[in-house]
Amino acid sequence: MQISMKIRRYDPEKDARPHWQEFNLDVAPTERVLDVLNQIKWELDGSLTYRRSCAHGICGSDAMMINGMNRLACKILVKDLGDKITVEPLRGLPVLKDLIVDMEPFFDSYRAILPYFINDDPPPPRERLQSVEDRARFDDTTKCILCAACTTSCPVFWTNGRYIGPAAIVNAHRFIFDSRDEGSAERLRVLNDANGLWRCRTAYNCTEACPRGIPITKVIEETKRELIWQRM
Amino acid sequence: MIRAHKFDVIVVGAGGAGLMAARYAAHNPNVSVAVITKLYPTRSHTGAAQGGVGAALGNVSEDHPEWHAFDTVKGGDYLTDQDVAEAFSHEVIDAVYELEHMGLPFSRTPEGRIAQRKFGGHTREHGKAPVERACYAADRTGHMILQTLFQQSIKDRVHFFNEFHVLDIILDDGECRGVVAYELATGDLHVIQAKATVLATGGNGRMFKVTSNAHALTGDLTSIVWRRGIPVEDPEFYQFHPTGLYKLGVLLTEGARGEGGILRNADGERFMERYAPTIKDLAPRDMVSRAMYLEVREGRGCGPNKDYIHLDLTHIDAHIIEERLPDITEFARIYLGVDPIKEMVPIQPTAHYMMGGVPTTIDTNVISDGANTIIPGLYAAGEVACASLHGANRLGTNSLGDLLVFGRRAGRNASAYAETLDSFPDLPAGVLDHTKDIIDAALNGSHEERVSTIRAELQTTMMDNASVFRTAETLATQVEEVERLRERYKRIGVDDKGKRYNTELLEALELGFLLDNAQQLVTAALNRTESRGAHSREDFKERDDANWLKHTLVYKDGDGVRIDYKPVTLGRYEPKPRVY
Repeated sequence: MQISMKIRRYDPEKDARPHWQEFNLDVAPTERVLDVLNQIKWELDGSLTYRRSCAHGICGSDAMMINGMNRLACKILVKDLGDKITVEPLRGLPVLKDLIVDMEPFFDSYRAILPYFINDDPPPPRERLQSVEDRARFDDTTKCILCAACTTSCPVFWTNGRYIGPAAIVNAHRFIFDSRDEGSAERLRVLNDANGLWRCRTAYNCTEACPRGIPITKVIEETKRELIWQRM
Repeated sequence: MIRAHKFDVIVVGAGGAGLMAARYAAHNPNVSVAVITKLYPTRSHTGAAQGGVGAALGNVSEDHPEWHAFDTVKGGDYLTDQDVAEAFSHEVIDAVYELEHMGLPFSRTPEGRIAQRKFGGHTREHGKAPVERACYAADRTGHMILQTLFQQSIKDRVHFFNEFHVLDIILDDGECRGVVAYELATGDLHVIQAKATVLATGGNGRMFKVTSNAHALTGDLTSIVWRRGIPVEDPEFYQFHPTGLYKLGVLLTEGARGEGGILRNADGERFMERYAPTIKDLAPRDMVSRAMYLEVREGRGCGPNKDYIHLDLTHIDAHIIEERLPDITEFARIYLGVDPIKEMVPIQPTAHYMMGGVPTTIDTNVISDGANTIIPGLYAAGEVACASLHGANRLGTNSLGDLLVFGRRAGRNASAYAETLDSFPDLPAGVLDHTKDIIDAALNGSHEERVSTIRAELQTTMMDNASVFRTAETLATQVEEVERLRERYKRIGVDDKGKRYNTELLEALELGFLLDNAQQLVTAALNRTESRGAHSREDFKERDDANWLKHTLVYKDGDGVRIDYKPVTLGRYEPKPRVY
């Protein structure tokens, strides 16, 4: 099918400001947006720049805004978008070149919530036991691939770049609701910060943006409730 | 701009092996550690592993490391070094418990223990029946391993060089002194000096058209060390995973068959009953991929072009599919529009794993010849390495086990070695020369050829001539084809001459690495006149232990390849015909 793809370009070595470039292409409807970007880069303009690796929605490299929604370019097909496709970098993070944004502020928020297992008891010789039900409690939030689609879809984050953002809360939830972990008090203290959990205004953008199907708004609400319980 | 750094230990690659090595190295408070990755750590391809990590925990039914070792040796068609398999099968148990202690969210049995499922080639009592050995976290075990190890690296405050592309290693006096890396964000070159260097950069599947491998898997280090005179071991043994999504190659875990999935041809026949009567669909991957190719060749392929096979999960409880195989279910739905709960999924073999690689000892020291001569200061672990655990064919789940066990060994040994050196040895003159040359050649090349064209031709011809079945004729054709592509590669160029995030330049350099990998593979495959494991020669159909029970070592020799050999370490398991 014939499509036109409009891409927001910016090369700080050449451009004073970002601009749009349109490509008209013949592609198969079942191709991924990433396939189309590759076709442009490989056949038309080698300077088009974006991150990608696994190409099937697991590595989280190629989150970008596609027709106004944050998507992984490798997990959305042309046929689901129609013949006019607009691609721009994630919002709220500094653009470094074309579709590449600076991920460091995002990872700073992630690192802030102590995203690692905390339990200082000496481990048993074999595994710690955990019931099927306790394991299911945090299953959703173990799916996060740190692609930043959620955080950069959040209107609160757009206006306040210091808001810790949904991805960090998702990863805090993954440990707070793990029956084996003992670090939740400290994580909740971090989340209770002025730029923490309470900034969430339940816009649901994060839930719509998540390519892993994590019910993020629900997760944030669960975490808020946990914080209230622990403080009572 | 050129920048210099010094670390006691550097780890190249931030997948499972690299992060595990960094963790173990960082356990030693006297050594400084840094990890260099051309991606962000969580983008590494360990995250795409699905089905599980094999370890004889015996949580579901009786199991023993000895059974695991036997299965690994038999699965490797007796090219596996048996001392390595024995040590591995014991140590991987501890490594799995260690992951659980780091918080890895394994799926659980009703008793609350780590859940385990069946997987291809893993059996009880030396081949009697499939056994539940694969420890899993739904169908995202690799994702959970990568996330857990990345989480630990934050706790351990490991220093990362993210989006730095290693383009050369520094060898002097037969010892490794570090690496040269290109910083993607700026185009700067960095000389990263180290007392010990660990290579953990994964595989080279992107030389084939249909592959489960990420775009990043271009065999960089199996080329870079080779250009520096280090051999590559057993490159002819390349695994095709039976269940890749039709045309796309996206992996669908063997765990799908472990949960009861069945392969069917166009007649609806469960054809694996004919090829492996005892364990059927759970035969090792090389055998299943060959059976699928034969079914298609004999006219029993599915679809209008009769060119694929069906993976049938429709008889499995929908609840089990959604709970234990959610990701692959989604892949089939999104990419093929097929719902595995209701319909059979079109699949074909997909290029998946390099059994060979940079040769190492059992302790992950890189060696330079068949006499096991160690290169001081250089270690390798995971898919890029060949400790000869997998022999001629890797069993499913043993890649994750490999990167855990040998990642630990590499980190431990590299830091112990670094501690023995009081100071950083001087660097040889001209450490940047080769790197500058290859960058200059790509940036200022004649641009008569496009990188993408050469790469596409390489991928198509490798698939046609050097994949599941091979003959002298197809391999000789491919040796010449690779030679022609290497010549054309000299006339490439790039559109983007900039310094910031010049990913086009890196794709060009990666193609250079990939062409070296292809040359290694096809030359060794043409040379080995027998069929063993994943190397299947239609003109030499039998395994030939009298002449070929030995490892291949390929060396770069001018523009060509020189071949040498290394003995297989045998042990308690006598080579026998491989039937399942």
